[in-house]
Amino acid sequence: MSLDLLTYLFIGGSFALYIGIAIWARAGSTKEFYVAGGGVPPIANGMATAADWMSAASFISLAGLVSFIGRDGAAYLMGWTGGYVLLAMLLAPYLRKFGKFTVPDFVGDRYYSTFARVVAVVCTIVISFTYVAGQMRGVGIVFSRYLHVDINTGVIVGMAIVFFYAVLGGMKGITYTQVAQYCVLILAFMVPAIFMSMQITGHFLPQLGLGATLDSGMSVLATLDKLSVDLGFAEYTAGKKSTIDIFCLTAALMAGTAGLPHVIVRFFTVPRVKDARTSAGWALIFIAILYTTVPGVAGFGRVNLIQTINGTDEANVGTEYAKMPGWFKNWENAGLLGWHDYNGDGKVQYSAGAAFEGGKPAFDGDARGAYGERAVTNAKVNPAPAPGAPFANEVYVDRDIMVLANPEIAQLPNWVIALVAAGAVAAALSTAAGLLLVISTAIAHDLMKTCINPDITEKQELMYARIAAIVAICIAGYFGINPPGFVAQVVALAFGLASSSVFPVIVMGIFNSRMNKEGAIAGMIVGLGSTMAYMIYFTFMGGSKDDLFLGISTGGFGFVGMILNFIVAYVVSMMTPPPPAEIQEIVENIRVPRGAGVAHAH
Amino acid sequence: MSTSSQDNASAYWAENLRIIMTYLSIWFVVSFVGGILFVDQLNAIPFFGFPLGFWIDQQGSIFVYVALIWMYAYSMNKLDEKYDVHE
Repeated sequence: MSLDLLTYLFIGGSFALYIGIAIWARAGSTKEFYVAGGGVPPIANGMATAADWMSAASFISLAGLVSFIGRDGAAYLMGWTGGYVLLAMLLAPYLRKFGKFTVPDFVGDRYYSTFARVVAVVCTIVISFTYVAGQMRGVGIVFSRYLHVDINTGVIVGMAIVFFYAVLGGMKGITYTQVAQYCVLILAFMVPAIFMSMQITGHFLPQLGLGATLDSGMSVLATLDKLSVDLGFAEYTAGKKSTIDIFCLTAALMAGTAGLPHVIVRFFTVPRVKDARTSAGWALIFIAILYTTVPGVAGFGRVNLIQTINGTDEANVGTEYAKMPGWFKNWENAGLLGWHDYNGDGKVQYSAGAAFEGGKPAFDGDARGAYGERAVTNAKVNPAPAPGAPFANEVYVDRDIMVLANPEIAQLPNWVIALVAAGAVAAALSTAAGLLLVISTAIAHDLMKTCINPDITEKQELMYARIAAIVAICIAGYFGINPPGFVAQVVALAFGLASSSVFPVIVMGIFNSRMNKEGAIAGMIVGLGSTMAYMIYFTFMGGSKDDLFLGISTGGFGFVGMILNFIVAYVVSMMTPPPPAEIQEIVENIRVPRGAGVAHAH
Repeated sequence: MSTSSQDNASAYWAENLRIIMTYLSIWFVVSFVGGILFVDQLNAIPFFGFPLGFWIDQQGSIFVYVALIWMYAYSMNKLDEKYDVHE
């Protein structure tokens, strides 16, 4: 069967499954729409949380990121998993006991303040929109690369599918669809990883394969270190960034993970406090299966890539373009690879340094060069080898290729390639649906019902939630078709916001019964304000790298913002009157598990 | 709320905090001390084909996180029963 037909079958089949589940799990009440009726078993919730959490970025980009930056990639691996420890111990059980629908519900009630509630709503909406834009784009990109349709067509198909099960099924539909999506995405990630590990190391598990010794007598990692250093890259197992920068980045990603509204809200869906704890455990197991495989995929992919391009003959580096395997040309056509023959020997050679002015190749339409490669308009005039590199780099390699092209590089059968396409779509759709639900809940429940008009009936509220979901899907689709040019920075902003505002304000609300609204609001303003100002100054206003505070990059500043938030909130709360007695009672109440089922039926 | 049930609640909370502190200390030491501050020193130690620091960074820490959450859930379930606050 041809690859195209297989891909249509796999993606079409998975869509039919999601739609079937959506029809089976329609939401009838606001409680079902917002929190799936509060009756999701912990293991199913864990799976849904894992699918919700692992986005197109985790599935497509993470392995490539680790592959290209080596050990420093650990900040993302640890940050995006270690946050679950904070979530499980500091937030999830207490928020479940609190027993309402949303993060702004907790912030608004605990701090008896509409202002605090509105700040939480704004944070929720900003964080979720920045995230969802990338997901819709991800669906479009997968469609365009595997099915050769327009990216925009892909975005619209993705919108239609999410529309169907998020608007119809609410949290209930999303939860059970996410369980199916998790199964698809994990299978799609593991199958090629296991094949590659077997091919390169003979080990079945990629986790062990990365530590294996190759036929050459060197271990995989020692081979990677040698290949990297020979070509002028930093040693793979050594760090490049400063220790304090990695420290802050890891901490900010952890606190940010624990403070992301679409993750927190998943813990409102289980029946008991006990289930909130175990479902965090299940979620992390399901996430860890992918995250501990990532370093293997990254390492094997890097060895494969370098050896395929440069060959294994050290005296005669490079492979003739005419003899490059088919995947190289396929992904060159898709714009993820670019080559310019600087030394005029007709061979492709890869080393450290940018191959093109400004980094990415600017292709000259469909024009072809002397060897049939795609012509570029931004070749360097005087290409010089990067410091430490033996020759000038001729190749641009996009990070995303590590996962998307791996099955082809490793010459796996067509059904594996089709499976990877279906997996990438599942990863993007599951995250998009979770985020869209959080946005619609924030608008219908936190703004319409709680702040603007408390008198609306449940039916009306449900209608508002569905309308909000439709509007949110359209806006997300718009950003998918017209992506802002700074997606990566905006995602850093989402984590910065979550770690400097949402996370500390909830933790203090639970663990410090003396915390009052003055302290919490002052803390949020300082944490949020300082983090946003820092990110905007250094990202958009041309702040120079030498001016960074202690050398901490923008991604890591959310940690500093969080510390500032804690300090300011504590000091201000000590100088102002304690919260009213009924608020202190709420705090006493959420600290004890018994009665969560009752609290939920309010 | 009677005095004894209040005492019970604060004793429960104090033990709860102790459990959280214990597990979060392990979490901190593994991620930040082992995985970041002393990673270069640990890299000198071989561990099943990996430099130890690199292994903690990219795989070991994640296994520890999974274990910590399950140990926490187990400890808390026992604590809930001890103080009779379980559901």
